[in-house]
Amino acid sequence: MSDVNKDAPVLELRGVTKTYSVKQGLFGAPKPLTAVNDVTLTLGRGEVLGLVGESGCGKSTLAKILLGLEAPTQGEVLVDGERIDATDRRRLARRIQPIFQDPYSSLNPRKSIEDIVSLPLLVHNVGDAASRTKAVREILDIVGLPARVMQTYPSQMSGGQRQRVAIARALIMKPEIVICDEPTSALDVSVQSQILNLLGDLRSEFGLTYLFISHDLAVIEHLATRVAVMYLGRIVEEADVAGLFDQSRHPYTQALLKSVLTPDPGMGVPDTELGMEYPNPIAPPPGCHFHPRCPAAMDRCKIIAPLPIPTPDGHVECHLFDGDGPEPVRSIS
Amino acid sequence: MGDTLLTVRGLTINIPVGGGTLHAVRGIDFDVDRGETLCIVGESGSGKSLTSLALMGLLGGRIDRRATEMQFDGIDLTRANARTMRALRGDRMSMIFQEPMTSLNPAYTIGDQLTEALLLHRDVGREAARARAVELLEKVGITAAASRLGQYPHQLSGGLRQRVMIAMALMCEPELIIADEPTTALDVTIQAQILRLLVDLGREMNMAMILITHDLGVVARVADKVAVMYAGELVETGSASEVFNAPMHPYTRGLLRCIPQPGKTERGARLGTIPGIVPSLVGGVTGCPFRTRCDQVVDACRQAIPRRNPGSGNHEFRCVHETGHRMAEESPA
Repeated sequence: MSDVNKDAPVLELRGVTKTYSVKQGLFGAPKPLTAVNDVTLTLGRGEVLGLVGESGCGKSTLAKILLGLEAPTQGEVLVDGERIDATDRRRLARRIQPIFQDPYSSLNPRKSIEDIVSLPLLVHNVGDAASRTKAVREILDIVGLPARVMQTYPSQMSGGQRQRVAIARALIMKPEIVICDEPTSALDVSVQSQILNLLGDLRSEFGLTYLFISHDLAVIEHLATRVAVMYLGRIVEEADVAGLFDQSRHPYTQALLKSVLTPDPGMGVPDTELGMEYPNPIAPPPGCHFHPRCPAAMDRCKIIAPLPIPTPDGHVECHLFDGDGPEPVRSIS
Repeated sequence: MGDTLLTVRGLTINIPVGGGTLHAVRGIDFDVDRGETLCIVGESGSGKSLTSLALMGLLGGRIDRRATEMQFDGIDLTRANARTMRALRGDRMSMIFQEPMTSLNPAYTIGDQLTEALLLHRDVGREAARARAVELLEKVGITAAASRLGQYPHQLSGGLRQRVMIAMALMCEPELIIADEPTTALDVTIQAQILRLLVDLGREMNMAMILITHDLGVVARVADKVAVMYAGELVETGSASEVFNAPMHPYTRGLLRCIPQPGKTERGARLGTIPGIVPSLVGGVTGCPFRTRCDQVVDACRQAIPRRNPGSGNHEFRCVHETGHRMAEESPA
């Protein structure tokens, strides 16, 4: 992508780990649950990083860390090279804003649209009442809502309109980075395409950087410039969108891609070859976490956790790419 | 095939609301043969879920359901009393709902819920019923099936719960299964597994299925027959290949343009949209319900809309235009 400046990352994650303590039963001793495990990611300005993975893989925890809603147990998050702390949420909120999945529950039903969209300005003490109203009118126009909706309430709007309100609220502080957590999953097909087009337009207009979390790989392929695939807290593969969708490396990525149901009649439902259920994150499998479901698992996968292996456009964590091909690197007997 | 199991003609559902009557479903016709899968696809509010509840006799008492004909294997469902419906439900026709968490009873074990329908409808003992439950749990790919019978729904993951729902629907080997968005709440990988399972079991047991979904990818991969529903009407029906490879109705064509199609839609290009919103179905509804959003609209769209057969098989659509496209000499309304 030509509009991507990789020299100056706008967002950087270095070895970010988040461990929760989970109680097992009433008297059970708490056990650690590593929701995000040593994640290192770099986002250039104007990039759209698509984050994919099954439920429970840590996508949303990662989003919370970026929004300052959770502090990482280890590692650091840098915005424009500056380390952010969860304690300085107000400063962080000016630069990173979220758009959530459910426009029905993410808007306060008792506030008017003007109140909802102008709240960030109020919180950050920006301008006076008149200039705030003007700013709301401008941003509503940008997201494609008429000024007359300002005095209406969320219950009077359709799902697509509410999601436009949520986008307006996220953009009114002119953030650099927007975290989109399944922003179109709750919407109908015809509305989803309008919102996806809007997000694409806003990105080129304001030079926004997106972290786009979605379970819909067709949407990710359409919108993202880079893709990170997450499994049990780890980024198992990261690549440019073309690299990931045209020549995926990790067997898990391949299984995810296989499970995409394109609207092609007569092709039947694909066999993902992912036999087992998603593993319990409190007791992840040893070695490579993916080995019990992996169609290409080898002996060493059960014992040795793979390390990130650099690829021309990202990295992959899989013993298939250790360099010696499918034979074991060293004897494990 | 060719052996009709379910015939529906002129199904109409009216709901009294404050200020009038909501004409939610208006005179729809369809047939399902034994062993055949019909997918009803439409956006929220199109009436697809109401249609399925009407077939099962599960609409509330306030709701007015009428049909010129509704036959299930020779049984007239329009005249069937509560007793006849109870005898059919769970035995010869059964239903799989979208939310496995809310449609399983949290206070009863999996085993109790699985065996309930069999004990009610068939003359079998508890032991035989439990043996059948274990057999079906194994069939839907649940490991350690016998030990699951004593577990409660909250002890299972979403994918497992949905498998339990499927096993439950299959207990009496129904001739017809109605599945309302059975995979919408699941991960893509689990979705593919569950759909494969439904298709395989349907084939094995020669079971007919009505699958209700908004996901065009699911429809294309699973359906023998497709019915596209918009604002309470079936606007296009036909085989999966007819509807997907040669969509005729402007709404069907619009929907297919809205979704990013891997390998076909250019990455990052603008997606097609359907502007506007679904019309209100309260009060009199005349003419084509899609005309307010249609790019092919002409004055004649306000009048009765003819059914057209584009020339192949059972493919049918409702549009004033013979080809679904406005002719050059017609002026837009």
